[in-house]
Amino acid sequence: MQPIVRVEGIHKSFDKTPILKGVSFQIEEGDLVSLIGPSGCGKSTLLRCLNGLEVLDSGRVEICGVAMERKPNVPAGPLADIAHKLRRNVGMVFQTFNLFPHKTLIQNVMLAPMVVKGVARDEAAAMAEKLLKKVGLGEQVDRYPLNLSGGQQQRGAIARALAMAPKVMLYDEPTSALDPIVVDEVLDVMKELDREGMTQIVVTHEMRFARDASDYIVFMDKGEIIEISDEDEIFQNPKDPRTRQFLHRFL
Amino acid sequence: MTRLALIFGLLISSVIPAFAQPAQTTPAGALPQLRYGGALSSGAPYTFRDPGDPNKIIGFEVDIMNTLAERLGYRPVFVNNDWASLIPGLDTGLYDLVINGLEITSAHQAAADFSIPYYITFGQIVIRRGDPPLDNLAALKGKRVGTLQASQMEYVLRAAGNIDVRVYDEEIDVYSDLKLGRLDASVMDFPIAVYYAKPDRALEFTGDPIGRIEYGIALKKGAHPELLANINSALSTMLADGTMHRILDRWALWTQMMAQATGDARSMLAQPIDYDRFVEATEPTTWRGQLERYMRFLPQLGWAAVATVQISVMSMVLAVAFGVVLALCRVYGGVVLDRIAQVYIEAIRGTPLLIQLLFIYYGLPKIGLQLDPYVAGVLALGLNYAAYEAENYRAGLLAIPRHQMEAAIALNMTERQSLRYVVIPQAARIVVPPTTNDFISLLKDSSLVSVISLVELTKTYELLSTTYYDYFGTGLLVGAIYLLLGLPFVRLARWAERHLSRGMTRASS
Repeated sequence: MQPIVRVEGIHKSFDKTPILKGVSFQIEEGDLVSLIGPSGCGKSTLLRCLNGLEVLDSGRVEICGVAMERKPNVPAGPLADIAHKLRRNVGMVFQTFNLFPHKTLIQNVMLAPMVVKGVARDEAAAMAEKLLKKVGLGEQVDRYPLNLSGGQQQRGAIARALAMAPKVMLYDEPTSALDPIVVDEVLDVMKELDREGMTQIVVTHEMRFARDASDYIVFMDKGEIIEISDEDEIFQNPKDPRTRQFLHRFL
Repeated sequence: MTRLALIFGLLISSVIPAFAQPAQTTPAGALPQLRYGGALSSGAPYTFRDPGDPNKIIGFEVDIMNTLAERLGYRPVFVNNDWASLIPGLDTGLYDLVINGLEITSAHQAAADFSIPYYITFGQIVIRRGDPPLDNLAALKGKRVGTLQASQMEYVLRAAGNIDVRVYDEEIDVYSDLKLGRLDASVMDFPIAVYYAKPDRALEFTGDPIGRIEYGIALKKGAHPELLANINSALSTMLADGTMHRILDRWALWTQMMAQATGDARSMLAQPIDYDRFVEATEPTTWRGQLERYMRFLPQLGWAAVATVQISVMSMVLAVAFGVVLALCRVYGGVVLDRIAQVYIEAIRGTPLLIQLLFIYYGLPKIGLQLDPYVAGVLALGLNYAAYEAENYRAGLLAIPRHQMEAAIALNMTERQSLRYVVIPQAARIVVPPTTNDFISLLKDSSLVSVISLVELTKTYELLSTTYYDYFGTGLLVGAIYLLLGLPFVRLARWAERHLSRGMTRASS
């Protein structure tokens, strides 16, 4: 099977501090991959490089056949257009949800299809309603984000991303800002998407979810991928001492 | 933006007639117009609003102008302007000539062409009734003496040395300060003294005539030699055939100097009916009469209020539109646009609005850009306020978390779409209160346009209060009108704020 996401040698620094030091991996269609590692290891930055929210210093990202490549010390100018094209197939969910507070839940979901794809209002509304029902928010469509719980907001944010019909979903610590009791309602939505065959990459501290739901786990430390392993193997028998140390308290 | 531009254009075109001058004494006919400039505020007996009927413009210069125009085959049209801006107004083509007590001095002659004198007079010393008399200039030494700014008498008083000269814009303010003891004496042109001091029982004339003052008609320098020659010959005829004597008698202004200059020794050719009417109309009245007077002001104040609102709204539309552009340049425009916007904002905020206004209207014609006063006023106010709005909007844009923009970008919106649908609508809510604040402030700053000949509420206040020496009652009346004008906009802003805040407070779901 052809990999749907192909990452080769990504480098990224902030103020001359290297955050990503040549990261490469591939993901096949339908996989759910958890990206774990200690804070500051570069996993969020890696995720943001995948859809161009961060501009890579050098390296290559290819998602669904759209390739964004940059040689060292070459201006980033042309990358903006390619990133925009690449994002067509990529949805993203943030730690802080980032719903648009001036719009109701359903308006949040309808906005991008109408603005970006020119979908008619009726059609966008019908699709939004379907997606919100799917994430369990069929009763809350006309509420404003401020009047929703964190779990509801995050499920709404997933519905909003799905409205653009992405082939790959990126999650940047989707449950870190949530009350423990509502974490599962969000993870359940992601598991459901996994069953439907969505390709998903999740930056997470939720080790239980990583172990239960992932097809495999990528462990990062200090800007590098240390280990890519099957979810059972990495928890039971980590190959690298650094992985072992990080996972020690979860074992 | 195009829709906005269209609305803006429509508003401008629908609005200009409000500033048109009222119809003149001569009925409209086939005759070509002769536009003459003057300043109406405390303008008696030169050119002023009739205290008996404030919709009419009268004065001995109006009478001279009407006769002159009739003899030369023109239809006279009066254009009001600030006294200090009268000569610059010639250069911008606001009117063809100025007849408004402009003295024929070398400084004036350097700036404009002058006719032969149509009136010759002198400076009159006025003191509080009962104070020791003052004979001449020498007697004024060491005293506080009031006169008009930029008048020939100011120059004469200063040249005399050791006189504490205090200058004013309005003649009635000089006499009012004299009565209040803030001045020891005043020296102003004899006609002013006749109209504003002589009828006042608290003041009296004293001493010898001071200096010699010649009033001439001013035309744009070198522009109309033929018209100037025709005016001169018509004036000569009027001086010789007794027409001028008759006009001046009716206004009680005939002087010894006029008799000498014209060789006309006859004492009185006409009764001072215009003078008597003025004195009667401006006499202090009962509170009932005062109330009736205020009622008469209302139509004029109404039109002035409309003018104020129109110019303020148009300026604000421009300020908001341009302010948004500037703010976007500053926050999202990249280094070059940010820099340009920053320079613009600093330059505009760092210089007085009054100078910008005078520069745009009287300065730009020097480089070939001549604007209608209304357009110049809206442009100056709008461009000035845009700088302040831009900073409000910049603060609003910066207050929206970066995450909002990122979320929109991640949904495959372009930066432009993200701004339009996500960032700007949220920022709009934040900037409504400061923008309302600025609009209320603009409503009042719009009074500055009176320096480029537009008549709005503050100017009308000045005209009415100087006609009746009533700053108090008229002031309360006009203040109330300003308050009433601002209120609907404050309510509109509250509504807009509520509307834009939907979803932003927990209670509103």
